[in-house]
Amino acid sequence: MSEAAAGLLSLLTLVVALVVVCVPLGTWIAKVFTDTRHWRVERVLYRVAGVDPEREQGWRAYAVSVGAVSVVGFVLLLGLILLQTSLPLRQGSDGMGVTTAVNTAVSFVTNTNWQSYAGEAGVTPLVQTLGLTIQNFVSAAVGLAVCIALTRALLRDGTGRIGNFWVDLVRGTVRVLLPGAVLAAVVLLVGGVVQNLAAPSTVTGLSGAEQVIRGGLVASQEAIKELGTNGGGYFNANSAHPFENPNPFTNLFEVFLLLVVPFALPRAFGIMVGDRRQGRALLGFASVLFGAGVGLTTWAEVAAASASTGSMEGKEQRFGVWASALFGAATTSTSTGAVNSLHESYSPLGGGVVLTNMLLGEVSPGGVGSGLYGIVVIAILSVFVAGLMVGRTPEYLGKTIGRREITMAALYSLVMPVLVLGFTGAALSMDGPRSTMLASGPHGLTEVLYAYASAANNNGSAFAGLSADNPWFNVTLAFCMAVGRFVPMMLVLGLAGSLAAQRRRPETAGTMPTHTPLFTGLLVGIALVLAGLTFFPALALGPLAEALS
Amino acid sequence: MTSLTRQYAAALRLLLALTVLLGVVYPAVVFGVGRLGLSARADGSLVEHDGKVVGSSLLGQSFTGDRWFHGRPSTSDYSGDTSGGSNLAASSDAQAKAVAERRATVAQADGGAGTSRGAGGIPADALTASASGLDPHISPEYAALQVPRVARATGLGTDLVASLVAKHTQGRTLGYLGEPRVNVLELNLALARAAG
Repeated sequence: MSEAAAGLLSLLTLVVALVVVCVPLGTWIAKVFTDTRHWRVERVLYRVAGVDPEREQGWRAYAVSVGAVSVVGFVLLLGLILLQTSLPLRQGSDGMGVTTAVNTAVSFVTNTNWQSYAGEAGVTPLVQTLGLTIQNFVSAAVGLAVCIALTRALLRDGTGRIGNFWVDLVRGTVRVLLPGAVLAAVVLLVGGVVQNLAAPSTVTGLSGAEQVIRGGLVASQEAIKELGTNGGGYFNANSAHPFENPNPFTNLFEVFLLLVVPFALPRAFGIMVGDRRQGRALLGFASVLFGAGVGLTTWAEVAAASASTGSMEGKEQRFGVWASALFGAATTSTSTGAVNSLHESYSPLGGGVVLTNMLLGEVSPGGVGSGLYGIVVIAILSVFVAGLMVGRTPEYLGKTIGRREITMAALYSLVMPVLVLGFTGAALSMDGPRSTMLASGPHGLTEVLYAYASAANNNGSAFAGLSADNPWFNVTLAFCMAVGRFVPMMLVLGLAGSLAAQRRRPETAGTMPTHTPLFTGLLVGIALVLAGLTFFPALALGPLAEALS
Repeated sequence: MTSLTRQYAAALRLLLALTVLLGVVYPAVVFGVGRLGLSARADGSLVEHDGKVVGSSLLGQSFTGDRWFHGRPSTSDYSGDTSGGSNLAASSDAQAKAVAERRATVAQADGGAGTSRGAGGIPADALTASASGLDPHISPEYAALQVPRVARATGLGTDLVASLVAKHTQGRTLGYLGEPRVNVLELNLALARAAG
C-alpha cells in the first residue's frame, strides 16, 4: 500500500472511531449534567468538601469557586514540587528552581502543560502521580464545568443562577474523565505503554553500551494527558518516547483520545439547549477548521519530504510523516500540546500551520470545555456581525446579544492576541531572551511567537529549541498561561450570568437561524478574519518569510 | 467564616479527597490491571540475552562497529535519561552540517550513493535524528544497506543476514498504520544468537 493510501485510511479510521464514540459520549455528557440524582461517591466527595450540591450559584459565586479550586490546586502543586527532593521516591531527580516550579504549577493548573523542565530529571514519580495527574483531571474538569455553565445559562429564564460549580466539577471528573481514563489506560497498557514502580535501572546493552531504563506510572498519566487535552509528557520526549507511545496503533489511539471529548461536546450542547441542530452547526465549524489544519499540515510535511532528509528530522520511524503530521495538527487544534514529533523541525509551512491552529484561539475543536465556550463566543460575535449587516437585534438561542454580552465577547477575543503579540514583541526586543533562541532569522521569530501562542492558548507544545527554562520565560509564560486561561473564563462566566438573567425571547420570523450551513460558514469566516487580521503580519514575518526564502 | 474562606476550605478538602481517588486509587487500579497477564509490557518490554536484561525492545540502543546494525542518529546517544531531539529546522546551517556528517559516516560504513534517494541512496532515517533520541527502529531500506557490511564483519554470509532482516521487518501495523520498520535491538539479538 502506498504511503498516501495508508495515511488516508488511517484518517478514515480516526473519523469513523470519533463518530462512533462521540455520539453516545455527547448524549452521556448531556445526561451527566442534567441528572437530578447524585452517585454515592459524589455524595461522599460533597460531604468531605462540605458543600451543598442542591444549592445553585450565581455567576459570581461560581467564578469564586473556580478561582478557589485553581488557587488551592496551584498552591498544593507548587508545594509538592518544591518539597519533592525531600520526599520519598526521589529516584535521582534534581528537583526544580523556584521560577521553574511556579511555571510548572501554573502550567498544569491552567490545562496548558507547558514544560520548561525535562520529565526524567525535573519531577519525581511522587509528583507525577500525586500532583500532575490530579491537575490533569481537575484542570480539564474545570474547563468542562465552565462550558456547561454557559450552556445552562442559555436555557435559564430570568434567573441569575447558572448551576453549582462543585457538582459540575465532581461529575465531570467522576462520570466523564475518570471512567474514560481507566478504559484508555487499559488500551494503552495492552499497546505496550509502561505502568510500573521500578526504580531506574542501568543495563549493559548488547554491544556493551550502558543505558538507563526509566519506567513509572506512565499509562495512567498518559491516558488522562490525552483525554483531558493536557499534554504534559511523563518523559521529555513526550509522545515521541516509546514508553509513552510504543507503536502506530497507540499513536492513532492517542490522537483519538485527545479529540474525543472536544468533538463530543457540541452534541451535548445541542441536546442540552433542546435543539441538536445547534450542536451540529458548531460541530461543523470545528470540523471544517480541523480538517483544514490536518490537510495543510500533512500537505506541507509530505511536500517537504521530497528532500533527501525526507522530513524525518525530529520524527520517529514507526510513525513516519503522515502519522506525525496528523498528531501535530490534532494536538495544536485541541490545546493538548502533547507531541509525537518535533514541531520546530517541521517544514516552514507545516510549523506555520500548527502555530496557526493555536492562534485561531483553540476552537477547532479546542480543549475540553474551553474549546466549546470559545466556539460559543464566536457564535455570539457572528450573530452580532450578522445583526449589524441586516439591521436587526442580534439574538442567539432566544437571548438578546446586547451591549453587555458583546462587550464580554469582544474582550474575550482580545485577551489572547494582546498576550501573544505583546510578549513576543517584548522578548524579541531584549538581548537576554533573544540569546536563548536556537534558531535565527524568521525561524527564530516563529520560535518565540510559538512559545507565547502556546502559553496564552493553554496548548503547551513548543518549538522546543527555545531554552525557556530561565526566569524571563518561566515568569512571562506563566503569566500568559494564567491570564490566558482565567480572564477569558471569568468573562465567559460573566456572559453566562447576564444570559441567564435575561428572559428567553420566543423565536419569530425575524430571528436569524443559527443551525444552518450558512451560519456555520459565517462562523468559519469570522474566526478566520479575526485570527487573520490579528496575526497575519506576525505569520508573514515568521513561517511565511521562511517558506519563501 | 466568610463565604470566601468557606469556598477555599471546600476547595482544599475536595482536592485532597480527589488526590486519593485520582492520585492513588486510579493509578493503582491501572497498575493492577497491568499485572493481569500484561506484566512484561507494563514493565517496559525488557529483553534478555544469556539470562541478562540487555535493554527494552521499545528503546533503541547505541550500536557502533561493523558487526552490528546501526540505529538512527540520536542527539542524546540513546541515553534513557535525556530523551529528546535536535529541534533543528531544515533551513539551519547546523542541520545542514549534521546531515552532511551523517551522510559521510554512512557512506564510509555502508556505501550508499551520494545524494540520491531510492535504490542505492542513503535513506532519510539514516540522515536524521529521531524525536525521542530513543527510536528503536530503522527503515527496511536502511537495514538492507547495512547487510553487506554486517555479513562481512560477522562472517555469517549475506543470505543469512538478509533473511534475519526479512524476519525482523515489520510492515505497517494492521497493514496501514505507521511505517514499515525494523527493530534494531531485536535484529542484533538475532544476529548475536546466530553468531553463537
